[in-house]
Amino acid sequence: MKTLLLSAAAVIGLAAPASAKDVVITNAKLVIGDGSAPVEGGTVVVRGGRVVGAGSGVAVPAGVRVIDAGGRWVSPGIFAGFTRMGIVEVDGVEATNDTAASGSPFDAALDVAPAVNPKSTPLAINRLEGVTRAVVAPDNSSGSIFAGQGAVIDTAADMDAVTRPRAFQFMEWGEAGARAAGGSRSAAYALLKNTLFEVRDYIRSPAGFNARGKEALLTRADAEALVPVVQGRTLLLAHVERASDILVLLQLKREVPGLKLVLVGATEGWTVAREIAAAGVPVIASAVADLPSSFEQLAATQSNIGRMKAAGVLVGIGTINQDEARQARWEKQYAGNLVALGKIPGASGLNWGEAFATITSRPAEALGMGDEFGSLRAGRRGDVVIWDGDPLEIGTSAVQVFIDGVEQPMTSRQTRLRDRYWNPREGALPKAYQH
Amino acid sequence: MIKALLMGASLVALAGCTSADTKPQASSEQARAPGRGKGYSHDPYPSTYHAYPGAATLVTNVTILDGEGGRIDGGSVLFRDTKIVAVGQNLPRDADVTVIDGRGKYLTPGVIDIHSHLGDYPSPGVPALSDGNEATSPVTADVWAEHSVWPQDPGFSRALTNGGVTTLQVLPGSANLFGGRSVVLKNVYARTMQAMKFPGAPYGLKMACGENPKRVYGSKGRQPATRMGNMAVDRQTWARAAEYKRRWDKYEDKGGEMPGRDIAMDTLRGVLDGEILIQNHCYRADEMANVMDMAKEFGYKVTAFHHAVEAYKIADLLKENGACAAVWADWYGFKMEAYDAVNENLAILEKQGTCAMIHSDDENGIQRLNQEVAKARMSGIKAGYDISEAQAWRWLAINPAKALGIDRQTGSLKPGKMADAVLWNGNPFSVYTRPQMVWVDGALLYDASNPKLRPVSDFELGQPGEGDVK
Repeated sequence: MKTLLLSAAAVIGLAAPASAKDVVITNAKLVIGDGSAPVEGGTVVVRGGRVVGAGSGVAVPAGVRVIDAGGRWVSPGIFAGFTRMGIVEVDGVEATNDTAASGSPFDAALDVAPAVNPKSTPLAINRLEGVTRAVVAPDNSSGSIFAGQGAVIDTAADMDAVTRPRAFQFMEWGEAGARAAGGSRSAAYALLKNTLFEVRDYIRSPAGFNARGKEALLTRADAEALVPVVQGRTLLLAHVERASDILVLLQLKREVPGLKLVLVGATEGWTVAREIAAAGVPVIASAVADLPSSFEQLAATQSNIGRMKAAGVLVGIGTINQDEARQARWEKQYAGNLVALGKIPGASGLNWGEAFATITSRPAEALGMGDEFGSLRAGRRGDVVIWDGDPLEIGTSAVQVFIDGVEQPMTSRQTRLRDRYWNPREGALPKAYQH
Repeated sequence: MIKALLMGASLVALAGCTSADTKPQASSEQARAPGRGKGYSHDPYPSTYHAYPGAATLVTNVTILDGEGGRIDGGSVLFRDTKIVAVGQNLPRDADVTVIDGRGKYLTPGVIDIHSHLGDYPSPGVPALSDGNEATSPVTADVWAEHSVWPQDPGFSRALTNGGVTTLQVLPGSANLFGGRSVVLKNVYARTMQAMKFPGAPYGLKMACGENPKRVYGSKGRQPATRMGNMAVDRQTWARAAEYKRRWDKYEDKGGEMPGRDIAMDTLRGVLDGEILIQNHCYRADEMANVMDMAKEFGYKVTAFHHAVEAYKIADLLKENGACAAVWADWYGFKMEAYDAVNENLAILEKQGTCAMIHSDDENGIQRLNQEVAKARMSGIKAGYDISEAQAWRWLAINPAKALGIDRQTGSLKPGKMADAVLWNGNPFSVYTRPQMVWVDGALLYDASNPKLRPVSDFELGQPGEGDVK
């Protein structure tokens, strides 16, 4: 395996004299990721780590490494709309789990960026299956509805995982928010209103903030972290499921001009889809949640995304509270399942192009980063995957993965274990000598 | 069985009025042996399930995966009077049969999930309905999962309509070393658990290795707090069970004074008698090896290791011991003992000829077991081991049926078996395919094109989303 890796690295080095971030892929069944259908005979050109052009009539520049895809599918890498990847190694091993901090005096100020470990195994495992970027959110703890500041990361095999630190603030609303705020939705609402009041206070007079009386609830650091949220410079991602809770947040948006709200989860979103669309609020939804897992998800159906999309809501797929630390790769399967709904009478699914967009451009657009990630339109990051089949179909593998134009290694701890135990019997020496 | 119970009662009554004058008579009564296995009822909560009405049905022009590894292209299947009557090509069309054109579609046996907590951990997941772990003692072989089953769990309908699941085993959770008895259900809504119970299915005993028992009880400052503690409590319990079995066997064979009843020990005795199957939650290879030796030490058999994330490491050893592995396709890393998961687990087991199958352990995963099998199959193929679709379908059909002891009744499309079947609207190994129709004992209980054939549990009646496509 080592020799394979070395030789792959050598090939990259030899073939890319100009830059390791330049690559051209030709003869592709090309998926742009913007909702359009795949085109045959497509070319994608990446220079300096960014897409320069992609389509059927794109010229191939000279002096750049060219890969003939041989008619295989080529698409942008998967942009996982909501995860906790890179901040958890083993969920059940507390020391490796940096999602929540019940003992911290801070909440909104907590920043996942310094906690992200580019070497955590879920990154490689998901990269091997074509996931190239992920939204990473912290989790809240008792006492606050605010979880802290999330990031956008890449899954590349380097030490530079955090692409966009402090990209958003994450908030728990609904049942989880109520629990954290002291036991009721009213308490969560009061906490939120008071927080907004204190943040405005901080904006007016940062220097005087520490001199507030005993009634002050917000720490200086938390107030500071929430300033860009109140001013509409940083997104507020809010986990919310029940229809009435969604409407409360839409009303809040009207009361806080400039607030950039994104709904996460939104299991009952389809029942108030017109209101969400009218408010221009994007949604990162769970694709196949169809059970009344809680009393705030009674109207759950796999048709949720299809119906919201039909009502004009911008919606991408995320994995809120669904193995979100490690299984972003399942989003491909989920998107495929939404296509499958097209054959079920009464269900609302998505066509293939739209389904693929829900795991690439749509979540990027929902985060206001559609110019940067999630499609192969010119100017976007050079996150490109060559697949051996339809990327939404089960069993299709990523053959080559490029992140910022750099070709990635395709091994993980799991592939090493598989290779060691493909024949489970021990040989002349114990398995520990087989590597 | 009623007879056996009455006899037991009369013996107790006689023993109760024993006095000096009646002693000779009583001792002659006491000497009467009830016969092996007849000292007490083994089926006190009997199944009241009955098959629902179904039309005689002929599905034609369909790709058949029979669940035992066979495949017929352009085949036909005939159901009549709850049973599969014929499977083949060019079956005769009797005048009274409903004919369904299966062109472009697949017909398979109903999906069997050997590991579910539906009903015991139902939706909504509120504490008031959370009845899956009697986490009050590491040994609760006395509890029966069936006594926690809430027949109104909305999850049963999703498993049927989206997953094509017709049979499932509901197990107690894994907090305890001896978690209690499992129950096998037909996936058909009913007012009572008994009316869902698979007729004649043997019971299982849920056991658990590893992190859960030692964490749950270690944190309470009691045994077991370690893996060695797990094994110690297990062995001590089996030793007690052997003694209980010896006393009851002696009484049932030879009569004499009736031994005291112990509800937990009844279950363990059932295992030692081969009447109750061991369904053992166990992730790590080394722990499975310990458990297999323990089974030999006390004279029982592990039917299946569940979760078995590291089964691939000891595929040969499992095969030698005749133990099956029930696994996920690609769960990993959520706990330490799941750290070494590989996508090729099922494929390596299949390659080694080890008994293996898929399972869900999850109210969402149970809706996509066909896709889980598809993933596992393709992982094997990509790694270099070819597995046909027909062969892979055994992982959710005949293999779990065998591991549940119900393979003579269901688990494959063979004449004489229960007509438990799914018509898929395409290739079920594709992400783009869903069940179109599902039959249980020949009754059509789901039809994608008929909203009246979407089951709605009491819980969902009158709620937002009632009767919606799910």
